[in-house]
Amino acid sequence: MKTFAQLKFPGRLIAVEGLDGSGKSTQIYLLRRWLEAEGVRVYFSEWNSSELVKSATSKGKKRELLTPTTFSLIHATDFADRYERHLLPLLRAGYVVLCDRYIYTAFARDVVRGCPPAWVRGMYNFAALPDLTFFFKADLEVSLNRILDGRPKLKFFEAGMDLRLSSDPYESFRIFQGRILEQYLAMSTEFNFVVMDANERIEAQQSIVRQMVSRRIDLDRFKRQSPLPLPPPVRPRGKLVELEDEPAE
Amino acid sequence: MKANLQNHIVVPTPGRRKFYGHGIPGVKAEELVGKLIAVEGADGSGRSTQIARLVEWLETCGHATVQVGLKRSTLVSEELERAQEGNILSRTTLSLFYTTDFADQLENIILPALKAGAIVLADRYIYTLMARDMVRGMDEAWLKNIYGIALVPDAVFYLEVDAEELVQRNLAKNATLDYWESGMDLGLSRDVFDSFVQYQTAMQTAFRRLQKTYGFTIINGNRSVDGITSELRKKIGAVLAGK
Repeated sequence: MKTFAQLKFPGRLIAVEGLDGSGKSTQIYLLRRWLEAEGVRVYFSEWNSSELVKSATSKGKKRELLTPTTFSLIHATDFADRYERHLLPLLRAGYVVLCDRYIYTAFARDVVRGCPPAWVRGMYNFAALPDLTFFFKADLEVSLNRILDGRPKLKFFEAGMDLRLSSDPYESFRIFQGRILEQYLAMSTEFNFVVMDANERIEAQQSIVRQMVSRRIDLDRFKRQSPLPLPPPVRPRGKLVELEDEPAE
Repeated sequence: MKANLQNHIVVPTPGRRKFYGHGIPGVKAEELVGKLIAVEGADGSGRSTQIARLVEWLETCGHATVQVGLKRSTLVSEELERAQEGNILSRTTLSLFYTTDFADQLENIILPALKAGAIVLADRYIYTLMARDMVRGMDEAWLKNIYGIALVPDAVFYLEVDAEELVQRNLAKNATLDYWESGMDLGLSRDVFDSFVQYQTAMQTAFRRLQKTYGFTIINGNRSVDGITSELRKKIGAVLAGK
């Protein structure tokens, strides 16, 4: 598998990965704001957000219809839709595309759910690799507490309840996230993740992120000829800490 | 008389079961004692007619039957239908959407029914999905990996009908040619008639190619309905008897 740069795409793709509560969404949001202010052509895409597939996914989750196999397939369908309709044309047109989670989320999560790694990876092999992937590595307890301190009502699949790890959703969530973290760490070298210390302060992390991006990507090449007015700040879900599978409504 | 009738009911002999690839996590193939029979073919190939006849015959013979088909899953059938109406899905997306639909029916209908000992009749199985994708230029190795979840059926019949004959049958039935069955998304021709013939011919080539790998039975579908039914019955009878 090759990166977009290796495939001679004019655009570049930057992905963030990490556990729920690792702060990755905050960091990519701040990166996006900076790039927009710099006049860079930038597009942001979130895991599990294709309009087309959404109603099937939320029905499957609400009614607990999903098995590890269909869970995996429906997320791949969602990804393929965003990849073919948005990501590919934008990358052809020379955009910097920011992805909050990319194929590594599926690699980690579907394998924890019991799908064979070769099957999952084979399914996603139509996708090129990111040019830069930040992995936000926080201590498991720190990420868990960020999520669990709010005592949210954990949903069935996000707590990994389908794995029957524990009848207590909070306990199940802890075990599930721990296993996902193991998968991420095992992939870290193979896929060249830039490992970020997510226990650091937000500003300290963002400064590293911006440095890395400007070092690895020649941003001047991606600037608009006539900059668009800066769009108003839109936080997708208006919160600092959130669960990946929270419905957008 | 009653005892005599009962003697005619054949209990199907369990055969060797396997998945094409890794299958479904946690499912033991040897527990699936029923029989899985797939019928493939284009719209107008007589597929549905033959399946209806087979169901009637099998039930008369004392077998429980369950039917599945494309785009019938609880999970995604409505969404898939809607997406196709708008014709806005790209090929990988559409392909994976169909796989999701298939997997949902496999896990929730096919496997439980086979475990309970029923005869499952699939009105099209993975081969139609693979052939469609192959015609659209998708990578065969990619398809083979994805459909590694599928169970190997006890019998697969492909009803092959000439493209010109398919045109006649579809027009006689609907007075129009379906957008997808004409492969209009491929842009082969702006003329729906030409496109249909080209697309169905390409589908036949893809099926012939798949036949070499998956070894299913090609049935000449240009013949009379009765002739085909009796051939299918004979072949399925042999499958049930474990021959």
